[in-house]
Order: sequence, then C-alpha cells, then structure tokens
Amino acid sequence: MSFFEIVESSWVYMVEGIWVTLFLTLISVIIGFFLGVLLAVSKTYGNKLFYYISYVFIEIIRGTPLLVQLFILYYSLPVIGIRLSPILASIMAFSLNSAAYQAEYLRGAIQSISSGQMQASLSIGMKKWQAIRLIILPQALRRFIPSWTNEFIYLLKYSSLSYIVGAPEIMAQAKFVASRNFEFFQVYLFAAIIYFVLVTIFGEIFRFIEKKMKIPGTLTYARNQI
Amino acid sequence: MKKEKDSILKVEDLHKSYNETEILKGITLEVKKGETKVIIGPSGTGKSTLLMCINRLVEPDSGRIYLEGEEILSSKNIHKIRQKIGFVFQHFNLFDHLTVLDNVKIGLTKVKKIEKSQATEIALKELERVGLKDKSELYPAQLSGGQKQRVAIARTLAMNPKLILFDEPTSALDPELIGEVLNVMIDLAKSGMTMVCVTHEMGFARAVADEIIFMENGVIVEKGPPESMFKNPQKDRTKEFLNKLSQLYGKEENT
Amino acid sequence: MEDIQVIINSFPYLLKGTLVTLELTLFSLIIGFVMGVIISFGQLYGNKLVQFIFLIYERVFRSIPLLVILFLIFYGLPAIGIRLDPLIASILGLGLRSSAYQSQILRGAILSIPKGQLDAAYSIGMNKIQTFFYIIFPQAIRIALSGWTNEAAVVLKDTSLAYALGVVELLRQGTYIISVTNRPLIVYLICGVIYFILTFSISRGLGKIEKKLAIPGYETRSV
Repeated sequence: MSFFEIVESSWVYMVEGIWVTLFLTLISVIIGFFLGVLLAVSKTYGNKLFYYISYVFIEIIRGTPLLVQLFILYYSLPVIGIRLSPILASIMAFSLNSAAYQAEYLRGAIQSISSGQMQASLSIGMKKWQAIRLIILPQALRRFIPSWTNEFIYLLKYSSLSYIVGAPEIMAQAKFVASRNFEFFQVYLFAAIIYFVLVTIFGEIFRFIEKKMKIPGTLTYARNQI
Repeated sequence: MKKEKDSILKVEDLHKSYNETEILKGITLEVKKGETKVIIGPSGTGKSTLLMCINRLVEPDSGRIYLEGEEILSSKNIHKIRQKIGFVFQHFNLFDHLTVLDNVKIGLTKVKKIEKSQATEIALKELERVGLKDKSELYPAQLSGGQKQRVAIARTLAMNPKLILFDEPTSALDPELIGEVLNVMIDLAKSGMTMVCVTHEMGFARAVADEIIFMENGVIVEKGPPESMFKNPQKDRTKEFLNKLSQLYGKEENT
Repeated sequence: MEDIQVIINSFPYLLKGTLVTLELTLFSLIIGFVMGVIISFGQLYGNKLVQFIFLIYERVFRSIPLLVILFLIFYGLPAIGIRLDPLIASILGLGLRSSAYQSQILRGAILSIPKGQLDAAYSIGMNKIQTFFYIIFPQAIRIALSGWTNEAAVVLKDTSLAYALGVVELLRQGTYIISVTNRPLIVYLICGVIYFILTFSISRGLGKIEKKLAIPGYETRSV
C-alpha cells in the first residue's frame, strides 16, 4: 500500500484517537494547573506543614516515572477497591504529575517577582493574602505562561503512555490500523506526523497568545525549551 | 496661646539585630505634625531598617513606636495601621501589571473598600497633584524613573496617611530626573504633610527640613535644625560626613 | 507478615531489572552526548545546509513522543529490513531523543558565554580553536552541567517506556512479580521507591560534581 492509500483508509480512525489525545491533554493540564497553583502558594507562603506536604508530594512525583504513577493508579488501586477506567486513571496520573511540575515552574515565577512588590502591597495596608492574590499572582502567572505552554506540549506527547493501559488515543488507533494492514512502519510514521503537526500547531498558537498577553513596555520572557 | 503641635510619631529605644550584628542600637526620636525630618548618614547604618521598622515591614527586636499616641508594635492589626503610614521606596515598587491609575486606585478599592467611581476621582486628584494625570492609562514600564516615583508618591497620598516615610526616594534616579521628584516632596512638606526622609539631597533638607538627624552605626550621633547642623555641627563625625557630602554633591546656595 | 516475604523474595528480580534500567540509561546518555555534541557543533559552526538538517532533526525529535520513536524503530524498521532486539531499539530511541535535547543544552551553554570573553581571547592573540578549548569550553561545561543533571534524570525515568517493547527493565520485572504474587500495590510502590533513589542519587551525585567544578563567585547562569 502506498503511504497515501494508508492515510486515506485510516484517517477516520486516527482522528478518533486525536480527539482522545487532546481531551486527555487538556483536562490533565488544566487540573494540574489548579492543583499546581495550590501547591506553589502553599510551598512559598504556607507555614511549615503546608511547605512539607507540598515539598514531599512534589519531590516524589518528580523523582518517579510517569508510567509508574500511571500503573499504580490503574493496576494497584483495584486492590483497595478503586477500579478506574484507562482514561480516568490516565487523567489522574497526568494531572497529579503535571501539578508537581507546574507548581515548581510557578514557584520560580513567584520568586522572580521582586520582593519590593510585596513590600509595597503591605505598606499600603494590604493583608498578605490580598497581596498574593492581587499583586504577586497576576504577575507570576504571566511569567509562568511559557512554562505552562511547554507543559501542555509535554503532556501532549506523554499522553501516548495511556496507550499502555488501554486508552483509545492516537497510538492505540495506530496499533489497531497497523494490525489490520500490516504496514507498521507507514502507520506509525503517520502517527508520528500527526503528533508533529499537533505540536507545531499548538506551538504557534501559544507563541501568538504570549505576544498578546505581554504587559505594554516589557520584553517577552524567553521561552524555556522542553 | 500657641497650641502644642500633636505628636504624630514617637520612636523609643528601638533595637534590631540581623544574625549577630546589631543594626539599630537604641533609636529614639519624635516627629510632630507637619514636621519634616531628614535622616542622613553613611550607607548600611540602619537608616532604611529604621524606616521599615516604623511600618513594621521589618519587625524590631525591642522598643516602642507610637503613632498618634497608639503603640503599634504590639498591635495585631498591622495592616490597618499601615494605611496611616505612607512609604515611598528607593526602587519605586509600582505594581507592574497595573496601569498608573490602577496603581493609585488599588489601595482605595481593595484596602479601604471605597466605591470605584469615588476611588477613581481621588486617584486622579492625587495624580494631578504630582503632575501625571495625563499618564494614567500607561503602564509602569512605559514611564521614566522620575515619573514612576511620582506615581508611587501619588499612591501613598491617595491613602491619606498621617505620615509619609521616604527611603532614599531619589537615589535610583538619573540626575536630571531627581528635580521633579524633589519638587513634589517640597510641595508636600510645605502643604503640611508630616514626613521622615532618608536622603542625600542636602538642597531638599535645607529647603524644608525642621530637623536633620545624623545616624551612624545604628545610633543617632547628632540632630538639630538645618542651619546649626550645617554651619556648626557639634560632633567631629558629623562634620566629616557633611564635608564629604558637600564635596560629592556640591555646596548648594541658599534656596 | 506475608507482604514482607514478598518484598524479600522479589528483591533479586528487581535488582536485575534495576541493572537493565541503569544499562539503558547509561548507553542512551552516551549516544545522546556524542550525537548531541556533533549536532550542537554543526548548528553553531557548520554551514547553512548542515544547520538546516540539524534544525529539522532537532525539531522532529522534540515534537514526537518517545513512545512513537520506540515503536517506529522496533515495529516499523523491520518493514524496511532492519530488525533490532528490544534492548538495542530502546537504547537507540532513547539516545536519539536525548541527543536532540543535549545538543540544545550544550548549544545554549556555549551561546551564553558573553562575547567579551571571545574579544579578550582574540585580542591576546588566540585563534578560534584555542579560544574554544581554553576559554569557551571550560565555562560552557559548567553552565551545561545543571541541564545535564536534569537530562540524566529524565532519561532514567523514560527508560520505563522500554516496558512497551518488552524489555525486562525494572518496571517489567515488577509486573512479572505481580503476575506471580498478585500484589500490585506493594510491588509498584517498591519500584517507585527504587526509581526515586536512583534519580535522587543522580541529582545529588552530579550536584556534587557541579560544586567541585564551580568557579568561586561565579553563579550558574540559567540557560
């Protein structure tokens, strides 16, 4: 079969996989964001207890492979009675994992805000949490955007791991198609191209958004590459 | 009959140490309503620390501070007290993500809980007072240093404080921009604001200071009205320091 | 308790798996390093064609999931006659992916050296090669070190993907043990602990090297 014929015949299945991939990525990165903000603020401004809980969680997640975390959620939880579907287990694993990384990126952004901002906020009578909410976080989140978009693209790629526990995303669809037409190389090549296109498209969209979001008069912060 | 001026700020025996080093070794001073006090001294002698202790951005180790008779170091509601003390920073510390107008407004809307349109009115009035009403929609990054500092002053004025602390307000500015900020400060002093300024600007001190306080190594070495401090300093150290200053900044003619 | 027995019995197997994991990590990093150096040099000092080819290479390997790379190599290559065993395929896939990132780390480090250093070197008469070896490289290495520490940890964790090709590394050993003992929670948790110890040791170890090599007073600039 020619590559063109393969694309033509498998196109529909692959698109189904693309939706699942995008769904997994988007939900996980968003849940990871909210959790990450909580962790970052706990670790930066919280008391000792909050600090240590965040610290331990982040260190453990970042020190172990995502696949292991996924396996624990999918294969181990049934032992204590919680049986998750492949998609749900994947979302949980990706969210928790992403939260730990996003928390650290955000914490870096918070610390890059000069201490003078907090001092000025306190000196006009704001309470600490007011200052965090109105002054520090809005600025930190802006600086955090490149890291967040990086994280999105990272999850887009690593969502492929959910194939291993049986989620019907791009790789699963590719396997399905290839096991019927036996054109393994070309089908996986097709999958690779799909990922490449997705990553490139989102990359461009994010670059555009970053430009729009910058505060007038400032430079855009350099993209850290992943 | 002359009415005794009210005491706005009284600092008694303030001590502060960092690690093993004592920065403030028992500072005592008083500022009455409408007075302008200027603190001078070599860098690193605790002048900034003193100011930051007054609004408790830094917590002193011991001593007492009275704001209009009320002791503030033991107070639990420090954020309420800070509304009454204005602070102008050396590095401006404008809120970078907010417009000039919002910078001045945010204390009014979020801290004093004033209604939005009234807050805008007050904010614009203060911006006009410092000469920057036409820049209200710009962002800090689009302003010059002198403009930023004037917005910072407007921000503190909007809170209607009893006292304003200035921490080397012109030290981070290019020479041409210092004048515009000092002029605002002189106007403020003449209009009756109670001010404590840490600065090297002797011209300013001569123009409006009621008292000059010379600090070194965490203690007040000498203090007195400008004429006697400049013409006839009692202590040798004061003499030395003032000489160095006039060498660096040039002797000012009487304003 | 029975669980402790399970833990003790599974240790030898987990150890075997750990060794395979370390093997995968080491060889992938080496391939990644050698290729990374070549690519970064090509991008920095090569002609326009070379730069273009390597740019495409980098973009491709950073835009495609590792799993896809592994599948292409292991399941796809046989279609054009190249049949690799799972371990080799994994090392190749991990190595190629790592090379794209390592080239960026090295290139970023070299580019972050201020131009003033080059000016000074030329002005005392050094030629380009001397400047590189005596001035640029020693400084770039120190800057790149923190990026490498991170990359080493990433590769170590990514070796778990070799599971999908059937390589009997740590995670797959764990899975085999579970199929016999039916204790998925304990076993995978132990695997997690082992991975954690490994990544922690790498970070600490390379961190110590960073400290030893650090030039006094010179903060590591972020790349």
